[in-house]
Amino acid sequence: MGTAAIELKNITKTFGDVVANKDVNLTVNRGEILSILGENGSGKTTLMNMISGIYFPDHGSIYIDGEEVVIRSPKDAFDHKIGMIHQHFKLVDVFSATENIVLGFKEKSGFNIKRSAQQIAKISHQYGFDIDPNKKIYEMSISEKQTVEIIKVLYRGADILILDEPTAVLTPQETEKLFAVLRRMRDDGKAIIIITHKMHEVLALSDRVSVLRKGEYIGTVNTCETSEAQLTEMMVGKKVELNIQRSEPKNPEERLEVSHINCISRDGVKLLNDISFTVRSGEILGIAGIAGSGQRELLEAIAGLQHLNSGEILYHNPKTGHTDNLRDKTPMQIRELGVRLSFVPEDRLGMGLVGNMNIVDNMMLRSYRKGKSFFLERKAPKDLADRIIEELEVATPNVNTPVRRLSGGNVQKVLVGREIAAAPTVLMVAYPVRGLDINSSYLIYNLLNEQKEHGVAIIFVGEDLDVLMELCDRVMVIGSGKITGTVDARTATKEQIGLLMTSSDRGDNNE
Amino acid sequence: MSKKNTHVHEPLFHIVKRGSMVWWRAWLVRIIAVFAALVVCGLITVLLTGQNPLGVYATMIDGAFGTKRRIWGLAQNVAMLLCVSLAVTPAFKMKFWNIGAEGQVLIGGLATAACMILFGDKLPTVVLFMIMIVSSIVGGAIWAAIPAYFRAKWNTNETLFTLMMNYIAIQLVSYFTYEWSVPKGSGQIGVINGATRAGWMPTLFGHPYMLNIIIVVVLTVLMYVYLNYTKHGYEIEVVGESENTARYIGVNIKKVIVRTMIVSGGLCGVTGLLLVSGTDHTLTRDLAAGRGFTAIMVAWLAKFNPFYMVLTSFLIVFLQKGAVEISTIYSLNASFSDILTGIIIFFIIGSEFFVNYSIKFRESKKEGV
Repeated sequence: MGTAAIELKNITKTFGDVVANKDVNLTVNRGEILSILGENGSGKTTLMNMISGIYFPDHGSIYIDGEEVVIRSPKDAFDHKIGMIHQHFKLVDVFSATENIVLGFKEKSGFNIKRSAQQIAKISHQYGFDIDPNKKIYEMSISEKQTVEIIKVLYRGADILILDEPTAVLTPQETEKLFAVLRRMRDDGKAIIIITHKMHEVLALSDRVSVLRKGEYIGTVNTCETSEAQLTEMMVGKKVELNIQRSEPKNPEERLEVSHINCISRDGVKLLNDISFTVRSGEILGIAGIAGSGQRELLEAIAGLQHLNSGEILYHNPKTGHTDNLRDKTPMQIRELGVRLSFVPEDRLGMGLVGNMNIVDNMMLRSYRKGKSFFLERKAPKDLADRIIEELEVATPNVNTPVRRLSGGNVQKVLVGREIAAAPTVLMVAYPVRGLDINSSYLIYNLLNEQKEHGVAIIFVGEDLDVLMELCDRVMVIGSGKITGTVDARTATKEQIGLLMTSSDRGDNNE
Repeated sequence: MSKKNTHVHEPLFHIVKRGSMVWWRAWLVRIIAVFAALVVCGLITVLLTGQNPLGVYATMIDGAFGTKRRIWGLAQNVAMLLCVSLAVTPAFKMKFWNIGAEGQVLIGGLATAACMILFGDKLPTVVLFMIMIVSSIVGGAIWAAIPAYFRAKWNTNETLFTLMMNYIAIQLVSYFTYEWSVPKGSGQIGVINGATRAGWMPTLFGHPYMLNIIIVVVLTVLMYVYLNYTKHGYEIEVVGESENTARYIGVNIKKVIVRTMIVSGGLCGVTGLLLVSGTDHTLTRDLAAGRGFTAIMVAWLAKFNPFYMVLTSFLIVFLQKGAVEISTIYSLNASFSDILTGIIIFFIIGSEFFVNYSIKFRESKKEGV
């Protein structure tokens, strides 16, 4: 092991009454990759923001190469050769890679874009980045944008790199490439910190793992001496059963039939390109794909929120036996047809719920119109709120708390609870466990499985391929608004799905 | 543990967001802010005029409450400002920036005056009042519905649109004040139906303003109920908080925007009615007297709660009345009263920062909670 590149001692940070980090100790050596593992809300990002100068710790001290330092701003962090790659990229779309990399950087020897381009080429070659320095950002895939961000901090001479959830937006193949680059940087003597909550990545990549739980530092272990079960236990604080009970679909009936739908955006981009598929009752259909491949438009089209240029969405009503076309109907008209369609959108507080309203008022979003009265009826929503809080164990002071005050997991329980309470025949969920801790995630999976057993047709849009393959019956892959393949989740492999995700017109940036 | 790092350059303080504050502490902060504002006002007064600040405050209170007449004037002004504030509230709660209340009030007033002048001695009182009420509400509502329709249909900018509608309203009123001026060509209408008192609001319990005040009190309660206990109010809140959510649950957003603006404009029209028929008995370009804009502040300060608006509109009117009195008594320039009002409002709005954030000082000192 090399020398300690960076050492944190007793770092504490509070926001109001919330303790984000409490007495955290951490050491990263040169020439190693340290994973910081923890559930959402365990304080990983806060901790890293203190190293990179975005927040200032309330207590504690930071040492770099054995010397105590004070990091008050991102500039201070940069002076100590610390570079952070954020989850959300901060790039200028109309600039090229080179222009973005040199932007805002004062070089001692003056500005010379040609020399910078050479320098960038050298860095790319050294670590094996695959990038065209003259390509504009808006032409780039997400993985290329990330590459630009990494080169940006290397160009500025960083030798302590922090990556915040770098794989969240990547396909399995892109992830592998990133890991190869990170290993090369490690071998070059850089200290690398990677924040993640994906267990298999931790095990595959890092040398050591530090675990945080609810802002507290739990411990550090050598990756080669640990196991998934041990890490999970450190992360959650108790042993958890990580199995999803998948049952065989019972008497599946065709419930929703999407046939040749097309959706073209205002700029003429095909958001949905001739999509056809069928969802059956008692079945979970998974939808995999790189973020922004048309998942949102597809679900919104079914829910009556997205105008379609052509195609049909047919609903086979199990009660009446009728078949209705839902295309271009408003959510109101769909409900009036007797279609019991529930939808848990990706944007929970911006679409599924109203953050500033309390739980009761959020419960009646779907049902407030009932009855002829001019006035609202809050009794039934109140009862529903009480029931959901009790059954799903929503942690909230009371039913009158605005939902934005709740944690991510509890927000999702409120939303999913409401949508399930409507007794749907079709249930669509988009990224339902994003940002949720392990326990809440499994609670959501169980709820979905329960609905499946009740004969509900479920569409599950997910990002974690492991979960998609464990939970769903079939997995449909879409890329750039097109279906690139549908596989049986019980037999498919991750690589197979990964290839389908990139197989359409994105061939230029993989392999 | 490591408290010894004060020798390095730790920032003196940093700003931290609060989770939430107990309501009484939040109010304590606000009350302290008002007192701090009064102290600063006192200092400014002494520095600029050399007057005793306590005397100045006494003058302010005297200006607002000094005589029975002044108290009635204060109550009437509070009622009128409150009425416009109630009117703009549903629009702002929907995040529709209706800064055209001024024009909507004027149109309501214009409609009222027109009825009084044209039908004053031709129709029985009951019918006359019916026509006055309907036409003032319809006038204000139309004035608000036009920008609302354009916003709903073509997504135009409602701030500019409603503002421009103000100028049209002012010009219309100017035209008609000339048209109906007494004597012809003087450009002033003067007291309408001074002899017959046709279309004047009746005097209740011996006071001409009593009916105005009662109407506004009723409207306050109605608006509170409308916003909090009706389906309309619920839709307004959803559209204002998140149009995406409104779309998701199938609310007809266009309809809600137009409907809410009709309510908002209609209520502005009522204010015009109360001002012309119940207060001034005449029509001038200054009928609304800036209330359309002040009302926005009243509504925001009260966080769109009609009952809090009673307090905030009282505060603003009190400050205005008091400040005017100061300028008269001490023969100061009229802008001096504006300076004082400005300082006080600055402190009140600034206090919200301390309700939402706290300042933490360096380790060695006590933590500011």
